[in-house]
Amino acid sequence: MNPSSDYYELLGMPRQFSLSQDVLQARFYELSRQWHPDKFARRSEAERQSALDLSSSLNDAYRTLRDPVKRAEYLLRLEGFDMGEQGSKDVPPELLEEVFELNMALEELRSGDESAKAQLEQARNNFVKMLSKIDADLGSESAQYDANPVKDTLSRIRILLNRRKYIHNLVEQVPGPSLS
Amino acid sequence: MSTFQIDFGAEDRVVGIDLGTTNSLVAFMDLTGPKIIPGADEDRLVPSVVSIQENGEAVVGNAARELLITESERTVYSVKRLMGRGLADVQDELKLFPFKVDQGSDSVIRLKLGDKTLTPPEVSAYVLRQLKHNAEVYLGEAVNKAVITVPAYFNDAQRQATKDAGRIAGLDVLRLVNEPTAASLAYGLDKRKNGVIAVYDLGGGTFDISILKLHDGLFEVLATNGDTHLGGDDIDNLMLRIALEDIHSEWGEDLSGDKEGIQRLRRAVIHAKEQLSFVPFTSIDLEYRGRRYTREITRDLFEKLVTPIVDRTLGPCRDCIKDAGVSVAQIDEVVMVGGSTRIPMVRSAVETLFRAKPHTELNPDEVVALGAAVQAGILSGHVEDKLLLDVTPLSLGIETMGGVVSKLIHRNSTIPASATENFTTAVDGQRNVLIHVLQGERELVKDCRSLARFDLKDINPMPAGLARIEVRFLIDANGILNVTARDQRTGKEHSVDVKPSYGLTDEQVEGMILESFDKAEEDFQARQVREARVEADTILGALDKARRNDAYFELSEEERGAIDRATNELLLVYHADDHELILNKIEQLNEVTMSLAENMMNTAVRGALKGTKIE
Repeated sequence: MNPSSDYYELLGMPRQFSLSQDVLQARFYELSRQWHPDKFARRSEAERQSALDLSSSLNDAYRTLRDPVKRAEYLLRLEGFDMGEQGSKDVPPELLEEVFELNMALEELRSGDESAKAQLEQARNNFVKMLSKIDADLGSESAQYDANPVKDTLSRIRILLNRRKYIHNLVEQVPGPSLS
Repeated sequence: MSTFQIDFGAEDRVVGIDLGTTNSLVAFMDLTGPKIIPGADEDRLVPSVVSIQENGEAVVGNAARELLITESERTVYSVKRLMGRGLADVQDELKLFPFKVDQGSDSVIRLKLGDKTLTPPEVSAYVLRQLKHNAEVYLGEAVNKAVITVPAYFNDAQRQATKDAGRIAGLDVLRLVNEPTAASLAYGLDKRKNGVIAVYDLGGGTFDISILKLHDGLFEVLATNGDTHLGGDDIDNLMLRIALEDIHSEWGEDLSGDKEGIQRLRRAVIHAKEQLSFVPFTSIDLEYRGRRYTREITRDLFEKLVTPIVDRTLGPCRDCIKDAGVSVAQIDEVVMVGGSTRIPMVRSAVETLFRAKPHTELNPDEVVALGAAVQAGILSGHVEDKLLLDVTPLSLGIETMGGVVSKLIHRNSTIPASATENFTTAVDGQRNVLIHVLQGERELVKDCRSLARFDLKDINPMPAGLARIEVRFLIDANGILNVTARDQRTGKEHSVDVKPSYGLTDEQVEGMILESFDKAEEDFQARQVREARVEADTILGALDKARRNDAYFELSEEERGAIDRATNELLLVYHADDHELILNKIEQLNEVTMSLAENMMNTAVRGALKGTKIE
């Protein structure tokens, strides 16, 4: 085991979007029992340090791979895509109008205009619907990649992920039930 | 080590310590499980009270608690509330606690106790030394390694301060373990193979809530939340305020500036509070300077008073359930920890929230120390089937442009956890890069807790933006941040200069350790002699019993003669003030009794070896 291995290697999982949560958890528990610093308390300084490095990588790996969105972003990065912040900050062009209206309504609400509430709620519902459409698309695109790994599919997944992040951040600003 | 003791890793002895706001305890693991070690006064709780005498010596525990009343200006309690905090943080406490504080200290609080000025870690070190001593006397051997518990919601500075206290007390702190997690270990909840449990821990000064998942002996913390400034002390202060007002109007005198009066009244209030967990009404009684104050207080009134405090615990509970990603219905069991959970109203509030009857079988004052001993057993390798996976309670981030915090490690991440970040220079020839690290959930620097400033020094002068320094932030299994930096151009480790925002620097702690060594030199010698005698007592006692064992009569005449001679030699040096001589004779006796011990082990006594010593 090497702490600088990629997260898939570290946890012994196939490099793909879809993973069995049960297998992932079982691997994580098994490796934790082996590598947790508690198991090395009586060893030499060097052994303790390497157990610390390894178990922190293991925890970081599990945290990333058990979350479908973080896992997808991670896989894209491994495949050479730049997943910087910028991609999710630019407004997707097809959403320009809706985003503008939402921001107006938010502004009105902040300045005390309660009538904007209904409008906001509607906009919010719209975006939440969009999110579930994106999630469905992400699901089918990732399944397609797992079956037949080609770069084009990854490019589409990257656009979907950026859009998802953008809308997610947007919806979080609007009062309402929190997103999962 | 005496051969009559079964070697339960004595050279590797690790004790578990609960360093509490009100009381502290020490426990160890024997063959039957975790055990609390009582002090010389047979009390299992050591009040976390320290009094510095005129000759500079410290009195700790029950004896110091008595001095709170008569020598309040040199006696301190609840110092845990000050650990890892700055002067500005504790202004409210200082109004009610009679601590005299050196106003010149911003990042570390300095308490004036008589002629001495001490930081909170130094005060805590006195409590730890007492516990270490109790353990050494009880176990008859030196104790140098410990696991110490901290509130799960303690931040980096508070954890570091606790670790510093251990170092100053001469303890190698192998692990800081979170109190609610320790409690779950003590409860042996892993008997239930899988499930989700919540631990509600309301102590003297801190509140924690943790939610854990159990998986065949593995305890995975899913989320934790809390308030490091909420506990039984707050209840005392509410009652104290009422009593002070009463007295003001009845006696026409304000007692709040009267240190002795306030301590006596505080004690009366605590007594009434404790009574109300068992009876429907009681009274606060004070006799002071020939005057008498009595006020009847019913449980109804008490509960009205306590309601806001209990309510303050419920918000963190709800947040914790949400962060853990579970529903209330999925939580199988709830465990109660901390003295304040004896209050019936606290129990019923928890029962209502979690819709489960909370566990209260173990003494809520002892359960954390027992768990610390189990964790000590895990670290020393004697407990193999259990493992804790804990989390960091607060997000860690660095300051970026415009006073905004960029989060690197999110709260509730399993620890150890790490993040790497690349840094470069902004202007040509820049030699230093300063990194400001913060803890907290808010967006802006001013709303988070400053943790430390790390200075990447001696960068080779080069045009702006060319330097590449990779910085690794690692939160270890104690929840404490470690920072390392590597120059990516040279591949070499880059030096990092740490300036903690709150707390002591490494040099300051080293200084305190040295100071305590200087003063403790004489103490130390006396103690070594005392310890050697304890060890001698142990082996002589065991031998006494062994002489009645069948195995003794199986020895040859010669062997028995050698044992008698070695015994006499030990008895001869027993009262000499030379520990090495005593240890030497013990060793000699050990050698000649080797085959006796072996015979005893080989005969049927094995079954009777329940404890660590042959009975």
